[in-house]
Amino acid sequence: MAGTALRGRLTWQVAKVAAVAAETASVRTITLDVPDWPGHRAGQHLDIRLTDEDGYVAERSYSIASAPGEPVAITVERLDDGEVSPYLTDELRAGDDLELRGPIGGYFVWEPGDGGPLLLLAGGSGIVPLRSILRHRERTGSTVPVRLLYSSRTLDDVIYRVEFDMAASGVEVVHTLTRHQPPGWAGYARRVDAALLAEVAWPAAGTPLAYVCGPTSFVEAVSQALVQDGYPPQRVKTERFGATGGT
Amino acid sequence: MEAVDGNAIGGLLLEVFGTEMTDAPSVCASCGDGRQVAELVVYLRGPGTVVRCRSCGSVLMVFVTIHDRTCVDLMGLAVLG
Amino acid sequence: MGPISRGFRRRRQDPAGSAGRVPPGQYVTKDFPVLSAGPTPHTALDRWSFSIGRGGQQKTWSWAEFRALPSQDVTVDIHCVTRWSKLDTAWQGVSVDTLLDLAGHDGPFAMAHCDGGYTTNLPVADLTGGKAWVAYAYDGQPLAPEHGGPARLLVPHLYFWKSAKWVRSLELRDTNEPGFWENYGYHIYGDPWREQRYAGD
Repeated sequence: MAGTALRGRLTWQVAKVAAVAAETASVRTITLDVPDWPGHRAGQHLDIRLTDEDGYVAERSYSIASAPGEPVAITVERLDDGEVSPYLTDELRAGDDLELRGPIGGYFVWEPGDGGPLLLLAGGSGIVPLRSILRHRERTGSTVPVRLLYSSRTLDDVIYRVEFDMAASGVEVVHTLTRHQPPGWAGYARRVDAALLAEVAWPAAGTPLAYVCGPTSFVEAVSQALVQDGYPPQRVKTERFGATGGT
Repeated sequence: MEAVDGNAIGGLLLEVFGTEMTDAPSVCASCGDGRQVAELVVYLRGPGTVVRCRSCGSVLMVFVTIHDRTCVDLMGLAVLG
Repeated sequence: MGPISRGFRRRRQDPAGSAGRVPPGQYVTKDFPVLSAGPTPHTALDRWSFSIGRGGQQKTWSWAEFRALPSQDVTVDIHCVTRWSKLDTAWQGVSVDTLLDLAGHDGPFAMAHCDGGYTTNLPVADLTGGKAWVAYAYDGQPLAPEHGGPARLLVPHLYFWKSAKWVRSLELRDTNEPGFWENYGYHIYGDPWREQRYAGD
């Protein structure tokens, strides 16, 4: 694909909201109709800009949830004390304008040619760019083996749960629920620590490629444990969302 | 808020430099640590955006946007891009 | 300016009883946001000291000596240039008047120096007359590191970037040189009631 076709617009453009769909009680996926969308890479994000009647401006970044070739979509978690996220999850509706800039990102991206085996590690809403990577892998027919380790507070907080329950071949999904587990839960029930990682991660000897995304504390703990386990630092890509996973 | 990383300033860098910069190499002028911009330590939401070396903590870049103009200080970097 | 986002309003809680207490362009928050330009320093109290003076003429207190000074309990409103205001915040600290009296007042301007390298400048006239403290407790508890502990400057009549966290000294000077944010275009004085956010405002 030509390089210029993938370079993001340098300036802001106005998109139309095509749909707002609930993923969980506090999470929405917003599908957008972007007139001059140049295409994107799996793992990239876009910046959103809101303007109120007084000219006050708020900007935030959100990972693209859809794969290259699919309609552009972002997934937003409502944070109770957030300034922007409650507007996007509760107020925005189909037909509204949304100003955006992107796609952005040249580091936290994956293409089938990058190989694997892939280790995807998500803390909360850090799952969003990893879901784009998984969908891209499936759409391109890649057979790179994948393990996804996904940490959530409760089962009800798991985003794209049905999609992951029907994971494509070659994809292993491992959940850990850190705050509350349903009766009969046989899976992991704690925050990701070195011992949990040792059980789930690909052995370092097989030259795996890891993508870690979520709150900063999650990313720090997980990426450090992987490097201690022998993953070369340049094979561990990180994206930190801050304490609350984006607002 | 907690620090994030250089991924979070991808849009800002795109606008300031006219090109994708998150995978650009950077070298700290204080300690020589080299890594891609995406892995630098970023402090957002303050009066300005401050980017620090992950190894020694020195200030590498400061971005302040006032009335639609962004002032960029890169003096903490020996190499960018 | 971009298109207006239908239905988007910035936060503008103005609870009853706040009339006249909220400067232009601010909203009232019940939180206490933590904004930083760098990692939180953690200075051990047995290594902490606070100084006032210029050049070789410094008056320095250790933590024990500082805590033995007369202190005040104050309740003030604070206003951050990023637009949040917090009303009725309760602090305990030593008045800068007390510190300057003990040090020997000298110099019309001051630069606050802090662990982590942050600086901010103020006229000494804005540090005296009961307008400023070096505060070591907030809401009845020792000041948490993320909010500037062991001690921070507290100058509530100016934007809160002047209330430097992790303050370690006030350097007295003849000229008003810009500190960290002032260097990047923030207002040299910073009066929230005249909305002096940026240079030239």
